[in-house]
Amino acid sequence: MSLKNYIDRIKPNFEEGGKLQAFRSVFEGFETFLFVPNATSKNGVNIHDAIDSKRIMIMVVIALCPALLFGMYNVGYQHFLAAGLEMNFWPMFFYGFLAVLPRLIVSYVVGLTIEFVVAQWKHEEIQEGFLVSGFIIPLIVPATCPLWILAIAVAFAVIFAKEIFGGTGMNFLNVALIARAFIFFAYPSVISGDAVWVVDHAICGLGANLPDGFTAATALGQAATATTTVGFDWNMVWGFIPGSVGETSVVAIALGAALLLYTGIASWKTMLSVFVGGILTVLLFNNFGPDTAIANMPWYEHLVLGGFAFGAVFMATDPVTSARTEIGKYIYGLLIGAVAILIRVLNPGYPEGMMLAILLMNCFAPLIDYCVVQVNVNKRAKRLTNK
Amino acid sequence: MANKNKEIFGQPVWVNNPVVVQILGICSALAVTAQLKPAIVMGLSVTVIVALANVVVSLLRKTIPNRIRIIVQLVVVAALVTIVSEVLKAFAYDVSVQLSVYIGLIITNCILMGRLEAFAMQNGPKESLLDGIGNGLGYAAILIIVAFVRELLGSGTLFGFQVIPQWCYEHGYLNNGMMLMSPMALILVGCIIWVHRAQFKDLQEK
Repeated sequence: MSLKNYIDRIKPNFEEGGKLQAFRSVFEGFETFLFVPNATSKNGVNIHDAIDSKRIMIMVVIALCPALLFGMYNVGYQHFLAAGLEMNFWPMFFYGFLAVLPRLIVSYVVGLTIEFVVAQWKHEEIQEGFLVSGFIIPLIVPATCPLWILAIAVAFAVIFAKEIFGGTGMNFLNVALIARAFIFFAYPSVISGDAVWVVDHAICGLGANLPDGFTAATALGQAATATTTVGFDWNMVWGFIPGSVGETSVVAIALGAALLLYTGIASWKTMLSVFVGGILTVLLFNNFGPDTAIANMPWYEHLVLGGFAFGAVFMATDPVTSARTEIGKYIYGLLIGAVAILIRVLNPGYPEGMMLAILLMNCFAPLIDYCVVQVNVNKRAKRLTNK
Repeated sequence: MANKNKEIFGQPVWVNNPVVVQILGICSALAVTAQLKPAIVMGLSVTVIVALANVVVSLLRKTIPNRIRIIVQLVVVAALVTIVSEVLKAFAYDVSVQLSVYIGLIITNCILMGRLEAFAMQNGPKESLLDGIGNGLGYAAILIIVAFVRELLGSGTLFGFQVIPQWCYEHGYLNNGMMLMSPMALILVGCIIWVHRAQFKDLQEK
């Protein structure tokens, strides 16, 4: 417990009147990050669970790790595949690590700086929501996205999607998705098309410079414009395909999903109904839809390609922005799955519909909750008058 | 009296700005602010129309029957809008093409009817003129601020001239496409309101 002792010793410096009080919120943030605050309830018989929101956030970050680690490996794998070089595991992983790490750092530094400044300014505790958002943002953008664009997107998302609504827990839109949506609409050339999915230059002497104009489309991008069906391939499940850093491997995402479901952090109702909604909509399009490659794509392919699985597991289940009533979670999830497939199939301009589907349903989540609660209220009122 | 006139003229330009305080005229503020030039022309057109309509309605205010006053006000505004529209077509054709329907739609701009109803119907022509110019300039000021940011960051130009040096683009700088979309104009207006409320704390809603 020497770390605990050390923190307790330096604590007075950061309190009101101490010489380092300007960094009070930073200190508090780290203290509660490392140790569960020993707050006890003041009245009534209540038990404080040791799992507070910081512990939940850390659990989500752990659940995201397989996707991140695989994503790093895949960035290297795609690069060396494109360069035509035979490599074993470690150079590939290390190359991807070097490509992804700066993105992770930029995302955290920009986001946490804004959070710390706002917390200090409003004399509030540091809010921990950005621990997860900052981890997700690098995973849902291509590994070639320029760092300054990432920094602007993170700043925009944290300020306009979170802080102006009152900080963590008050945002009605998913912060990480807003960052991606900002890049998508403001700088479309860095996040769509077929030239952005594979890192095309050497990093720290590792890898090779690919010729200018090298392109590699994502499977969804191909399907959106193709006339024949893109065949199913087990690499789509393992994740050895071009795409945003963290979303390619369904296996890595499934590992994270298992942890989230086992610890009860994510709602299985939301997760399941997103997949069900997606599958039903795909079946509908397969049977009655237009005769295009993406409408004829089988459901299992739709689920493993693009950000569908990642969005269903990590974004749709975000407890802040999703519906909170139990029946509402089913409706919310079904609609996300359905809208995502609708956008994919019917709008060739947006081959990936998951981001827009989740953001759209984020807006409707409070309405769904309201309706569910009102239906229940009416049902009970009726029961009362019928007596 | 001079002090009162100063207030009538000065208040709407910033303290009681029609766009950021009364939230009027938002639609056109989103539609015409992708570039500076149309925004300035739009701001000036509205200023001229509000000022003249205010004067005319103020002169007629004692003879307008109360029950049909909205129709009379509309006729005055419609006449002025048509005149401005024709003048623009004659002397600044390219801008008037850019602004397309939005000049005609000034007739539905809430700032106009608001000023006619709230001010010109109760006050003399001199005060009404000052009030009209003040409100028009307040509207124009917001349009110009928004258009400045949108054109600079969205196209890298000001008045159509490139101001962000070419070497920035060569080193990977990109224009922000979202600035050219209307939602970003709404966010920018929101930012101006943010600054404004921070300055005038009594306007903050509890």
